[in-house]
Amino acid sequence: MDAGLLWVDKHRPNSLDKLDYHPDLTAHLKSLCASGDFPHMLVYGPSGAGKKTRIACILRELFGAGASKLKVDPRVFETPSKRKLEIQVTSSNYHIEINPSDVGNQDRIVIQDLLKEVAQTQQLDASAQKRFKVVVIHEADLLTRDAQAGLRRTMEKYMGNLRIIMCCNTTSNIIGPIQSRCLLVRVGAPTEAAMVEVMQRVVKKEHCGPLPDSFAKRLAQDSGRNLRRALLMLETAKVQRQPFAEDQAVPRMDWEDFIKHSAVNILKSQNADTLLTVRGNLYELINHCIDPPTILKTLAKELVARIEKDEIKMKVIQEAAFYEHRLRIGNKAIFHLEAFVAKVMHIYKKYKVRFGVPLLGKGGTTGETGTGQRKNEGEE
Amino acid sequence: MASSFFAKRQPGPSNAAALAAQAAANKPWIEKYRPKTMDDISSQEQAVAVLKKTLESQNLPHLLFYGPPGTGKTSTILALARDIYGPEMVNSRVLELNASDERGIQVIREKVKNFARSTVSTNTSDHSVPPYKIIILDEADSMTADAQSALRRTMETYSKLTRFCLICNYVTRIIEPLASRCAKFRFRPLEEHHSKSRLELICLQEGVQISPEATLSLIRLSDGDLRKAIMFLQSASRLVGKGKEITVEVVSDVAGTVPESVIDGLEACWHTRDYNKISTEVTFAVREGHSAARILTQLHERLLRNDALTSLQKARMAEAFGDMDKALNDGADEELQLLNMMSRVSAIAA
Repeated sequence: MDAGLLWVDKHRPNSLDKLDYHPDLTAHLKSLCASGDFPHMLVYGPSGAGKKTRIACILRELFGAGASKLKVDPRVFETPSKRKLEIQVTSSNYHIEINPSDVGNQDRIVIQDLLKEVAQTQQLDASAQKRFKVVVIHEADLLTRDAQAGLRRTMEKYMGNLRIIMCCNTTSNIIGPIQSRCLLVRVGAPTEAAMVEVMQRVVKKEHCGPLPDSFAKRLAQDSGRNLRRALLMLETAKVQRQPFAEDQAVPRMDWEDFIKHSAVNILKSQNADTLLTVRGNLYELINHCIDPPTILKTLAKELVARIEKDEIKMKVIQEAAFYEHRLRIGNKAIFHLEAFVAKVMHIYKKYKVRFGVPLLGKGGTTGETGTGQRKNEGEE
Repeated sequence: MASSFFAKRQPGPSNAAALAAQAAANKPWIEKYRPKTMDDISSQEQAVAVLKKTLESQNLPHLLFYGPPGTGKTSTILALARDIYGPEMVNSRVLELNASDERGIQVIREKVKNFARSTVSTNTSDHSVPPYKIIILDEADSMTADAQSALRRTMETYSKLTRFCLICNYVTRIIEPLASRCAKFRFRPLEEHHSKSRLELICLQEGVQISPEATLSLIRLSDGDLRKAIMFLQSASRLVGKGKEITVEVVSDVAGTVPESVIDGLEACWHTRDYNKISTEVTFAVREGHSAARILTQLHERLLRNDALTSLQKARMAEAFGDMDKALNDGADEELQLLNMMSRVSAIAA
């Protein structure tokens, strides 16, 4: 029955005892589950670090196997202005999982209605080990301020019946009052050594030959210490070549290659024609549902890796940060991506001109970066 | 099964008492140790003194409490209400609405107005109970301006029957006409000795052992926010388990502070113009899952204490910090923003 599953899902640990890395954290979680009063929790960390796996394990530890019997129901909420909102709710007898960011700006209604409904009723099953139910909120960092404000008193008032576990990538967007009501649980990315260990174990269980340590290590590095990604890459590599070789190429996503290609183009020639080609590429990426901030970030990284001078690197990163911020508050992604590309071309061309031909006493640069550059040239 | 999940449970008479006992034990400490009467409130002397005076004359104005979180605004009004009405009548005379309740203009027009309009029964034997009700609008700064302006006339028309108490963090978000109808009380962040005495009391009653340094770091990390301090204390005591002492490390673990070593690494990058070094440190910090906002706060503390930098440099760096904070608030990518800030700062400081 497991044959159709990806390795990532198939070998996901399903109890706290089976977790591989972060032994201290596991011990803490265990003692929390064993003690009578379980707090609200805010689990944060980079993606692929194992946040959801840990939450599932906690639920299992709290409620036993019943917590893994999941079902998915659509639920409908109504706003005061009579608009209907539909949201997928995953639930078991003991807990309920929601992803309120699905409904965008109206998430406050979902939070208010659903949490109160759950909180005002008590645990159904008299034989359950715990007297409370758990609500898991995924992507809590995307909750609007309104929704978060709505959580504040609910979290205190219904503590008797309800615990909330929030899962997010960063606590930066969670308002202070919520943070002060939760136990903060940080799940850091696994170390490369730990990842190699996990991959070795998976390969062993799958009986697909020895996995050279050096290749595993490269996978770990390339995935950016993201275990989920590393395992997916491992599975792809298995399809590509069996048994594994030490010098095997790390499989890459084709959109990454696409972006790499664009980066090379941008640095090769800086003119309107290239901009037009790159623009086409960007459109293609957006059409393939690659998240625009991810495009921008990857592009910036590829560019920086190919620029040799530190000050230009820094400038490119500064522009990337600036346009990424705009991208988030703005609403048409292509404008900002294109503007970034144009800006990078401008910076790079200026730099090429300055080092290619002797300086013509141009005083076009402004402010602190300008003086900084000149100082730097003096040193050389 | 979905219907049964949400169905109301009818607790049998036998386990109702047991349930109540368990609920009390499970109560978070912030609720358990909320002051019950005005005399219990250990700080905010000024506001408390004025409110006590008004209690004697039985003439309560509309109130507006404002101040940072965890300074006792909600606790004060709840204690005040309890002092006025006694524990039995509190429920019928006080309406509490907070941000978790729907508070659009519709609700103000219907629910609040109806409650405000209804007269109180005067057939109580106890004549010390004043003839008005109280409506508490908690977290009033999250109310829309429209909803607030719908309150304006309501507050005046029914002032004989009802007193309003608005509670908010930012007084600037309350529209002027409402603010001018209320007596304003500013709640200051708690002073160190008040927080300390309160925390010590809780430790004593809960049988928690904590080292004096850990108490100090609790107070320092909470910035005068007593709720935060108590929450941290409870989390820390859960983490170490019964009978063991809470140390400074446990406290900083619970509070989600970034380890000094990471901050040291980042601070060292201020004086280099090597991009790769900056990028390595930043990537490491982000991969470990530390929150960028937290890193920013801690770096800012370092900035203030750093004597090697001139005032001008500090000012310009502070500007970069400010930009980053704004960007993070808008939901920008943490890694890019951190890289941006660090590269800007290194251009200034190196």
